[in-house]
Amino acid sequence: MNMVLEALLVFIVLTNLLMLGSSRLGVYIRAGAMQGVGLSFLFFTGEAGWPHSHIVLLALVTMVVKGLVFPSLLFRTIRQAGVRREMEPYVGFTASLLAGVAAWGFALWVGGRLPLPGVIRSDLLVPTAMFTIFTGLFLIVARRNAITQVLGYLVIENGVFTFGVAVEAATPFLVEMGILLDIFVGVFVMVITLFQINREIEEIHMDTSKLAALKD
Amino acid sequence: MLNALLLVPAITGLLAFLVRWKPVLHALLLATAVSHAGLTVRLWGGPAVADWGGWLQLDPAGMLFLSITSLLFLAAAIYGVSYLRGECRLYPAGHQAVFVGCLLVFLATMTLVCLSQHLGLLWVAIEATTLASAPLIYFHRSSRSLEATWKYLVICSVGIALALLGTFFLSIAANPIEGTLILADLVAGGGVLLAPWLKMAFVFFLVGYGTKVGLAPLHTWLPDAHSEAPAMVSCLLSGALLNNAFLGILRLRQVCGAAGLATFGQGSLIGMGLLSMTVAAVFIVGQTDFKRLLAYSSVEHMGILALGFGLGGLGTVGALFHAINHSLGKGLLFLTAGNILEGYHTKTIAEVRGVRRLLPASGLLWVLGFLALTGAPPSGAFLSELMVAGAAFQNGHPFVGLAFLGLLTVVFVGMARPFLEMAGGEPPAELAAKKPVESGLRVLPVGLLWLGIVTLGWYVPPALQHLLRQAAALLGG
Amino acid sequence: MAGLVPILLALLLAPLLLGVINRTKAFFAGRQGAPVWQPYHDLRRLLGKGAVYSRTTTWVFVAGPVVGLASVLAALSLLPLGGQPAFLSFTGDLVLMVCLLGLMRFVTVLAALDTGSSFEGMGASREVTFSALAEPPLFLALAILARKTGSLSLTGILGAIDHGLWLQAGPMLLLVATALFVIFLAENARIPVDDPNTHLELTMIHEVMVLDHSGPDFAMILYGAALKLWLLGALVVGILVPAGSPWYVGWPAAVGGLVLVAVLTGVVESTIARLRMHKVPQLLVGSLILALLAMVLGAR
Repeated sequence: MNMVLEALLVFIVLTNLLMLGSSRLGVYIRAGAMQGVGLSFLFFTGEAGWPHSHIVLLALVTMVVKGLVFPSLLFRTIRQAGVRREMEPYVGFTASLLAGVAAWGFALWVGGRLPLPGVIRSDLLVPTAMFTIFTGLFLIVARRNAITQVLGYLVIENGVFTFGVAVEAATPFLVEMGILLDIFVGVFVMVITLFQINREIEEIHMDTSKLAALKD
Repeated sequence: MLNALLLVPAITGLLAFLVRWKPVLHALLLATAVSHAGLTVRLWGGPAVADWGGWLQLDPAGMLFLSITSLLFLAAAIYGVSYLRGECRLYPAGHQAVFVGCLLVFLATMTLVCLSQHLGLLWVAIEATTLASAPLIYFHRSSRSLEATWKYLVICSVGIALALLGTFFLSIAANPIEGTLILADLVAGGGVLLAPWLKMAFVFFLVGYGTKVGLAPLHTWLPDAHSEAPAMVSCLLSGALLNNAFLGILRLRQVCGAAGLATFGQGSLIGMGLLSMTVAAVFIVGQTDFKRLLAYSSVEHMGILALGFGLGGLGTVGALFHAINHSLGKGLLFLTAGNILEGYHTKTIAEVRGVRRLLPASGLLWVLGFLALTGAPPSGAFLSELMVAGAAFQNGHPFVGLAFLGLLTVVFVGMARPFLEMAGGEPPAELAAKKPVESGLRVLPVGLLWLGIVTLGWYVPPALQHLLRQAAALLGG
Repeated sequence: MAGLVPILLALLLAPLLLGVINRTKAFFAGRQGAPVWQPYHDLRRLLGKGAVYSRTTTWVFVAGPVVGLASVLAALSLLPLGGQPAFLSFTGDLVLMVCLLGLMRFVTVLAALDTGSSFEGMGASREVTFSALAEPPLFLALAILARKTGSLSLTGILGAIDHGLWLQAGPMLLLVATALFVIFLAENARIPVDDPNTHLELTMIHEVMVLDHSGPDFAMILYGAALKLWLLGALVVGILVPAGSPWYVGWPAAVGGLVLVAVLTGVVESTIARLRMHKVPQLLVGSLILALLAMVLGAR
């Protein structure tokens, strides 16, 4: 079981690095989707034996929402907007990759020092979660494209979720579902806003640096 | 009872999405607001009922914030009906249906925030408030409101994601009591919580929900969203939602207090409070847009709340009391600003002159509301600000107290000029020729809010005093 | 004498890998393609020809292919195959192997510069730049394996990667193998770093350096390149195919693995476009990052 778990975690780390190093929106969306699917498998690595039906349902919902619904929504958005690449990011792609590696090192260092109570299934879980959160924050800050920023938000949520699985946080089923619903509606509303932005302001091409009418 | 409180706005909200006949929509909005207020009043003084196996409970702190929300929503609904029938009467019915639906769902989510005793559920509710209110900001469908909506969505969602991480940290801290997130269990088992994780959780709650509260330096979305939203949405965002988001931080302070960490985080609350006030003061002085002016004033008042809660003791009571005063005052000013905006069709301070002549009632309320909000006696805000200042000097933070008073003065002076300039003078000739009429429905709720805040300045009903004391005791004041 | 078998296999079968790659690419392009034995015919044909030397070249130009082939042959003697020991094996031989590959590149670059053609100089400069970027991940990958298996010789390292180690550190081994595969593509001048088929002057790297060689010299270069492909491919296969089986399983498995690597290379070449020149460092940094990630996994 441990090996499967570690393989999943490494997979999540790799998807993060892929997003940091790529300039194509399609790659971002696919990497985010793969990350979501990998995440949903994390639920099964908990206990030996047949998983509880709640967990199966939760994993299935996660997989469908993060692996299927979000990617298709986002792909529709980029088709409609006609943007395919992240142009002129605030931080270059190779620099982002190196920052990612540094963050991974930092996450490992911190993860090794956190006094977690209880049994921790893998000492990679917490660093991976932290690294994923970092990646999401980085994508939001260092990229201009609005779709990348939505994806950054999703990646942050993935990281928080990984952490929740890591510590087996005692969130009851209903609350987990509520959290998922919130994220789902959140992304949905964001995508609708994106459609409007695209329709309202033609020449903007989802470049958030052009959204600068409101300031002091 | 609690279920009804939640379900009434939720169901009517969902219904409203389907209704395509405007009079029915407006009736739905009013009826829900009235019944919600009625239910809230009925809960007053009753015993704290629990529901859903302890997940929902109306404790004094929740009661206080729920009452503010309900009252403000009633005022906003009365105003809103006139608003929808007035300048927005040409908006298509579907468009209005989404607006009313979101408004009612927004009320339901805010009610859930006040009621929830499970910190995971609290997170779900607070995130839901963001989602329900985002379409409200975009009501006018301009590119500016779009920008404001986008910033609001992204910044608040990311902030709140961090609060979810904090919630998981809290679950780790509660590992000795099986990671429960139910407030009562956390408080009861306070002694065995793991302190380092509890501290981490507090930091993330402060940053996460602090974004939603609009504490500097996490406030950047607030002026945009509050200034671009329609008047009654601004009123609710500022007067109701900010408080409710603060409840997230306060719940964790409750747990910290039970775990013997009552002093932890006081410094950061005081620091963020003063910083918020400073940032607000800087942007208030010389502000050119009167709705942004009000938005920055919200940042300032959230700073006062943070300061009060950070100081503890008298400060906690003062902050809770100030939450009421701020909500009444800010609600009143945002609604009046809506009237002015409709009369003048501009948000630029320099282009608005002679409100007293053009819109007599609104002009009067504009000045009176400004005096009440900034704490000129007799006003509840005067008392509550005095209490916070008193707490600063009492608890041995004289410099904090001095800085607080200094900043209040700067804000007062900074706001006095634009407010008085707007009220006085001669209105532009072409507007004066048209002689706009003020609708009674758009002045009456504002006037009642003003009456409320002034009454609190010299008479606080015993029931409210009792509630404030209870809530302060609960929050570890 | 069993140690000679890996060398003999390499000498006999290395050109076959080139044939397999070309055949795979032909399949994807919907062509019939040359037979897999074509590289052998090419070599025979080249050996039968005479060589032409420019008047500006010196002995360095002649020595290039000879020393290059010699160094890759020497490196081959250090290579274990199918979990069986190599002909030569001693502590630190992995450093020697990387150095021998470096020597091969060095003499090729010298020979290219010796022609005095600005065109070949450009290719040499590119080759040196990219291999300077490819060497850190290569060394890092080998060092990780050395640390994990507690051995400093290639025979010891690849011999220790068995089923037990895969079960214990599978993700790490997979990462190292992936990093090595990227290096394998880069060092052997394959897509996405270089296109072995292109003769568009501006984009060539490796091909441009050997443009002036002809006849037996070029045969030696071609044969040396095939051996290098075999050598680096065998490292990847050595990780992916667990050791610990007897020779009659190990050797066929390794050769089969190498053919699969060749097919995979053909698939990569058919499905991925060559990277723009300034993107190549990013790919190599990517493989370094994979190796770093593996190091982190292995260091716990």
